[in-house]
Amino acid sequence: MSFLVDSVIMFTSQVLFFGFGWLFFMRQLFKDYEVRRYVVQVVFSVTFAFSCTMFELIIFEILGALSSSSRYFHWKLNLYVILLVLIFVVPFYIGYFVVSNIRLLHRQRLLFACMVWFTFMYFFWKLGDPFPILSPKHGILSIEQLISRVGVIGVTLMALLSGFGAVNCPYTYMSYFLRNVTDSDILALERRLLQTMDMIVSKKKRIAMTRRQMYQRGEDQNKQTGLWGMIKSVTSPQTGSENLSLIQQEVDALEELSRQLFLETVDLQATKERIEYSKTFQGKYFNFLGYFFSIYCVWKIFMVKFWSQHISFILVGIIIVTSIRGLLITLTKFFYAISSSKSSNVIVLVLAQIMGMYFVSSVLLMRMSMPLEYRSIVTEVLGELQFNFYHRWFDVIFLVSALSSILFLYLAHKQAPEKHMTL
Amino acid sequence: MASLDRVKVLVLGDSGVGKSSLVHLLCQNQVLGNPSWTVGCSVDVRVQDYKEGTPEEKTYYIELWDVGGSVGSASSIKSTRAVFYNSVNGIILVHDLTNKKSSQNLYRWSLEALNKDSSPTGVIVSNGDYDREQFAENPVPLLLIGTKFDQIPENKRSEVLTRTAFLSEDFNAEEINLMTGFTDRKRFNFKSLHYD
Repeated sequence: MSFLVDSVIMFTSQVLFFGFGWLFFMRQLFKDYEVRRYVVQVVFSVTFAFSCTMFELIIFEILGALSSSSRYFHWKLNLYVILLVLIFVVPFYIGYFVVSNIRLLHRQRLLFACMVWFTFMYFFWKLGDPFPILSPKHGILSIEQLISRVGVIGVTLMALLSGFGAVNCPYTYMSYFLRNVTDSDILALERRLLQTMDMIVSKKKRIAMTRRQMYQRGEDQNKQTGLWGMIKSVTSPQTGSENLSLIQQEVDALEELSRQLFLETVDLQATKERIEYSKTFQGKYFNFLGYFFSIYCVWKIFMVKFWSQHISFILVGIIIVTSIRGLLITLTKFFYAISSSKSSNVIVLVLAQIMGMYFVSSVLLMRMSMPLEYRSIVTEVLGELQFNFYHRWFDVIFLVSALSSILFLYLAHKQAPEKHMTL
Repeated sequence: MASLDRVKVLVLGDSGVGKSSLVHLLCQNQVLGNPSWTVGCSVDVRVQDYKEGTPEEKTYYIELWDVGGSVGSASSIKSTRAVFYNSVNGIILVHDLTNKKSSQNLYRWSLEALNKDSSPTGVIVSNGDYDREQFAENPVPLLLIGTKFDQIPENKRSEVLTRTAFLSEDFNAEEINLMTGFTDRKRFNFKSLHYD
């Protein structure tokens, strides 16, 4: 009886998560695009729903809600479904949509999609070889094989993102790093941009007029027939077209310059907006968070372990909420930056794949931060994976990612268009 | 050449509808072989004989300013784009006939271009709802161009044409529908852009 009640609760919450994913898709990601293929939307919402359910199960585990047998059942069920989605459904559809975009392969897209999927499966399987993630007593087709590989990919992704986020978050929000941008800087740059555009326009006018005159002259020349016409066309100087190619080269250079100026202006505007934001209440809150998280990340980098288990679990809760929120925001920004009406389907599916793998590996890693008594269910459900490996792997990749990000941001900061700012 | 008057026309629309191809066709009389994303704004010039053949014939340079990006761009991009909207003589709104969203987004595009003067920070004042009054007294003439007409299956064509007819009526604009690849080169009649 209690199993039935528990299942109803789980199912309701899954439907709620599915609805939330659907709304997020419609209102945020695909706000400016037309949803042509509903299957993409469904797959995204399903991945989101089952990922959130996993977190929900962990929380239920801690709170002791629902009976332990039904929790175990739902854990297994959820895991199977999400593995099915992440390994079979999403990669297949990614391959299908990529192939559909390529005109040559459009006709037999199902065939090529299957081929792409088999290639994916081959590399996915090979991934397991160099890593000591399984103890030898597991069979070939066991669930541990699949989880371990998904875990490796997901943990790598998580570590890369966390490492970068740990460095980027303070850099973005802490006012110490914000360059001082004034309105006059922006105006000066905009004026340069418009001047460049005017130069491009005047050169293109010359080209257009010259071509028109050449065309008119050419017409006159065509009227002259016979030998005389031929001699005349050979001996008259072809300076028109030489001039044209010179001017065209100048135009190309100016167009490149205009693009650079445009991007620099956008950068300055964005910095100015960040400065204004930092003065608001929300901005100050994030500034404080930035300091807090940078201290936490420095601690993580130097791996000093004296925090008690329970405090670190609270942190786990905060991390879950902020990482879901942060992930969704990052996905949205990334999506806007690179999508177009052609590639939007593929990008959403890739994001769904990353999201699913990210959440699965969060569960794996969270085991370390959970109090001892709750670790057992995770170990029981996920089988005997070498968890220590994942923790070490995460720390290594996190370190590498954080250091690379520091280097990258340092170089970008130095390269910044400081020449546009008044000293 | 300096004696010829200047006519500045904006070409606006979502990513991928075919603005760059359109501009290239109008100015170079060729089909654009390798379209790529427009960063910032790309300008091209067409020499147009206005009222050709009549005694009032006059030659103009028509500058086509093809502004890249989407309506959902970050506000820093929108503020930067706003510098291109100065002293505009006409606007060409381009939408993709196979993509309904691109037609709906045209309202936001036109509001962005026309509202530029009233909000210096580049933020759109209205909530995007269409208001016919705004377009009725709008001094800037609009031309609506729909692309990729040949990619619509035969049975849907009349439905699409009705929809775009309503759209152009809303904008109080002229309307032209084009094929992909622009193999059907219509002679563009810029009669809506006449100045004293």
